[in-house]
Amino acid sequence: MKIHEYQSKEILKKFGVLVPEGRVAFTPEEAENAALELKKGRYVVKAQIHAGGRGKGGGIRLVSNPQEVKDISGQMLGMKLVTAQTGSQGKIVKRILIEEGVDIEKELYLGIVLDRSESRYVLMASSEGGVEIEKIAAEFPEKIFKAYIDPMIGLASYQARNIGYLLGLEGKVLQKGVKFMLGLYDAFISCNCSLAEINPLVITSTGEVVALDTKINLDDNALFRHQDFMELRDIDEEEPLEVEASKYNLNYIKLDGTVGCMVNGAGLAMATMDLIKLAGAMPANFLDVGGGASVETVKNGFKIILSDKNVKGILINIFGGIVRCDRVAQGVMDAASDMNLKLPVVIRLEGTNKEQAEHLLKSSRFSFTVASNFQEAASKIVEIINREV
Amino acid sequence: MSILVNEDTRVVVQGITGSEGSFHTRGMIEYGTKVAAGVTPGKGGQKFDGIDIFNTVEEAVTEKGANASAVFVPSPFAADAILEAADAGIKLIVCITEGIPTVDMVKVFEFLKDKKTRLIGPNCPGIISPGKCKVGIMPGFIHKEGSIGVVSRSGTLTYEAVYQLTNLGIGQSTCIGIGGDPVVGLRFTDLLELFQEDEQTEAVVLIGEIGGTAEEDAAELIKNKITKPVVSFIAGQTAPPGRRMGHAGAIISGGKGTAKEKIETLKKAGSVVCNNPSEIGIRVKEII
Repeated sequence: MKIHEYQSKEILKKFGVLVPEGRVAFTPEEAENAALELKKGRYVVKAQIHAGGRGKGGGIRLVSNPQEVKDISGQMLGMKLVTAQTGSQGKIVKRILIEEGVDIEKELYLGIVLDRSESRYVLMASSEGGVEIEKIAAEFPEKIFKAYIDPMIGLASYQARNIGYLLGLEGKVLQKGVKFMLGLYDAFISCNCSLAEINPLVITSTGEVVALDTKINLDDNALFRHQDFMELRDIDEEEPLEVEASKYNLNYIKLDGTVGCMVNGAGLAMATMDLIKLAGAMPANFLDVGGGASVETVKNGFKIILSDKNVKGILINIFGGIVRCDRVAQGVMDAASDMNLKLPVVIRLEGTNKEQAEHLLKSSRFSFTVASNFQEAASKIVEIINREV
Repeated sequence: MSILVNEDTRVVVQGITGSEGSFHTRGMIEYGTKVAAGVTPGKGGQKFDGIDIFNTVEEAVTEKGANASAVFVPSPFAADAILEAADAGIKLIVCITEGIPTVDMVKVFEFLKDKKTRLIGPNCPGIISPGKCKVGIMPGFIHKEGSIGVVSRSGTLTYEAVYQLTNLGIGQSTCIGIGGDPVVGLRFTDLLELFQEDEQTEAVVLIGEIGGTAEEDAAELIKNKITKPVVSFIAGQTAPPGRRMGHAGAIISGGKGTAKEKIETLKKAGSVVCNNPSEIGIRVKEII
């Protein structure tokens, strides 16, 4: 789960990680009041959206008094912010963060991610802060310092200290840097994060080590341990159909094509999308109905596919394992009848309880096209769609 | 031969009384797997379809000689179940459960490092040596005993590939789904080495997907060590970057882990790469 910058800063603060003093605001008036509460001087107005690259798109502005905070906030709230990460459609700014300005002496990078080849978390640091870390990794891999973390021990002080030396920190600043890194790791593990990035991490003119910009992703699989994090979710930042699907525990991702697909299993769903492309059309979505799908979840998945107006036809590809084919057939028929289905549907069912499933489909009042294999299913739906266009 | 599971495998099912656990225990028994015991804490002394249930894995090992475990325990408790099985001396743990927090699996991985226990999964369909033993949730009837090893990050896509092989009259030595999570036990490279050593296996089908570098690591091994032919397919050529495609591990991040990259690396290593997932069986047939 993605959360906003201001939310991640509130979390980090609890773990002793220094962040700039700031307030979140939803209106220009709130923004002005926030500025009045903060220390006098310069203020930073930051658009809160779930995407990076905000600065270049005009989503981060430096201003010098509360009135300007109000004016700039007024321009920013409601504006469509387009960045390299939002795609061309951009995102509407609905929340802003007002922060005290910080005197920057040096910008660094710090992050914690999972290294999949090592199956360990790794602390990554670079003295090249403020720029995209992927670019540095590609161009100057020697400028990225790494510490692999033993999960039974946690980030050891010496590891943080060594990273600090490599970053060129000394004396008091080094001590503060170590404290920062240990706090960040503590927050990462305690909150079950899947990513924590501080970019830039800044050394101020007074020698403080401050997280100027932060990004935290939470591990969806661990949210059951953190009921309080549920309120951090901002569904305005998510695709409405995906939000709807998540209510039913369905894995749905909207894409741009015309063939809606419902598949069991993520790998088979991706392969089905690939096959649709090879057959000459594009998939409208990724939808994994998962293991243990009930009539109800399958039915809901079907409804979600149908609410995408680009969908011209539907391909259902189910290979039974955990999912029982007869359940799927029942769900498809119930949904078809509830929604007075008009779109063409090609169904391919294989595996557990296949016979019962085919019997159900054949006895239904809808004329589903039943395909006997993977290739045939994809070819048929593309052929039907092309015929109708 | 086959790898990892065979006629001598004696399975303890952890979470045998849960809905998925009980459903698939019956499936395994039906297939001919020797299910030696079940474990559900608090239900020790009871029976499930005539199988003794114990409170602990240790009892299942000492009383019934279990040497493999199938984990169907719900995700909040699944990592603990794996630790318990490993501590009880189980040699092969197959964890079917999906949705285990990554932080839990990082610890499990570390714990297993100096143990002789091998872990398959989590978030996987399990392992089957057709005609001998199935530890998992795959539909047994689509398999056929033979000489092709199958290894995959996916579940149902593995069934698809196996089914294509069987329909062409080509049998399998052992089929393994290694799981779709960022942290898994056995990897492509471990299994390729086992298949290389296995007399029954003539060729290997490798099914990968976007995200991570498991396929690139496999390609490196294929180039240097594997002499048996490897036919591969990578799912997710149409997947957009930055989006998690169902599996926690299937995500293109920072421009890394694309299908294109993986396909090229595998091709360079000498693997036959299928563009079309419906042609996996045919490509294998052409080779053998």
